[in-house]
Amino acid sequence: MISPSAYLALAAILFSIGVLGVLLRRNALVIFMSIELMLNAVNLTLITFARMRGTLDGQVLAFFVIAVAAAEVVVGLAIIVAMFRRKQSASVDDARLFKW
Amino acid sequence: MERVVFYLMAIGAVGSAVWMIFATNTVHSALALVANFFALAVMYLLLEAHFLAIVQIIVYAGAIMVLFLFVIMLLGVDRKDSLRETIRFQVPLAYLFVAGLLGLLIYTVRAAFDRTPFQGLQQANAAGNTQGLGRLLFTHYLFPFEVTSLLLIVAAIGAMVIGKRRAPSETEPEDEDA
Repeated sequence: MISPSAYLALAAILFSIGVLGVLLRRNALVIFMSIELMLNAVNLTLITFARMRGTLDGQVLAFFVIAVAAAEVVVGLAIIVAMFRRKQSASVDDARLFKW
Repeated sequence: MERVVFYLMAIGAVGSAVWMIFATNTVHSALALVANFFALAVMYLLLEAHFLAIVQIIVYAGAIMVLFLFVIMLLGVDRKDSLRETIRFQVPLAYLFVAGLLGLLIYTVRAAFDRTPFQGLQQANAAGNTQGLGRLLFTHYLFPFEVTSLLLIVAAIGAMVIGKRRAPSETEPEDEDA
C-alpha cells in the first residue's frame, strides 16, 4: 500500500516541471502544454485527496478542472493562431503588440 | 503490485514531462505530453477514479492533443532553437526558483500528510464509481455543472470570433472562410 504523500509528491514534481517549462521555453505552444501539465498535476492531487478522505467530491472537482481545461485550450489555441497570423511566429518574444 | 505499477508510472510521468519541456521539436513535445496523460490515467485507476481515468484518455489524450497537433500543423513546425536566453540570468533564475518551489511543496506534503493513510473509496464507490460521480454531479454540484455548459458554449463562440480571418480592409468580410 502506497501512502498518499507519494502521490502528492509526484504531483508536486510534475507541477514544478510545468513551471520550469513555462519559465524556460519561448514557444507559445510548449508554454501552453506546460500549463496543461500543471493542471494535470493538480488533478492528481485532487483525486488523491478524494481517496484519502473517502468521498467523491475531489473527483467531481477534477472533472470540472478537465472541462475548464478543454475550454481554455480552445480559446488559447485560437489566440496563438491569431498571433501567428499577425507576426508569422509562435514565439512569445515576438508578441509585443503594445510596443512599436 | 500497486507499488510496482506506481513506481513504473511515476518514472514514466516524470520522464515524459522532462522530455516535453526540453524537446526542441514541438511535435515531440506533444507526443511526450500524450505519454504523460496515459501515465496519469493509470495513476487515476490506482486511486479508484475509474471514470476519470477514461475521461482523461478520451478528453485529454484524444480531443485536446488532437487540437494541439492541428494547430502545430497549421502553424508549421519551426526548428528554431527556442531554448536560447533572451533575458539576462533568466535560465539560472528559473532553475533556482523551481528548485525552491519543489522543495517547498515536497516539504509541505511531507509535513502535513506523511502519516495520513488512505480511507479508501469502497463505500463511496459501492454502487459504481460512475454512478456515484453522476449522483453527486446532478444533486450537490448541479449549479456548477450547468455553469460549465455555459462556459463551453462561450469558449466555442469565442474561439470562432478570435480565429476568424479579418478582411484586408477590415470592413468587407472575405468569402473564402466566412
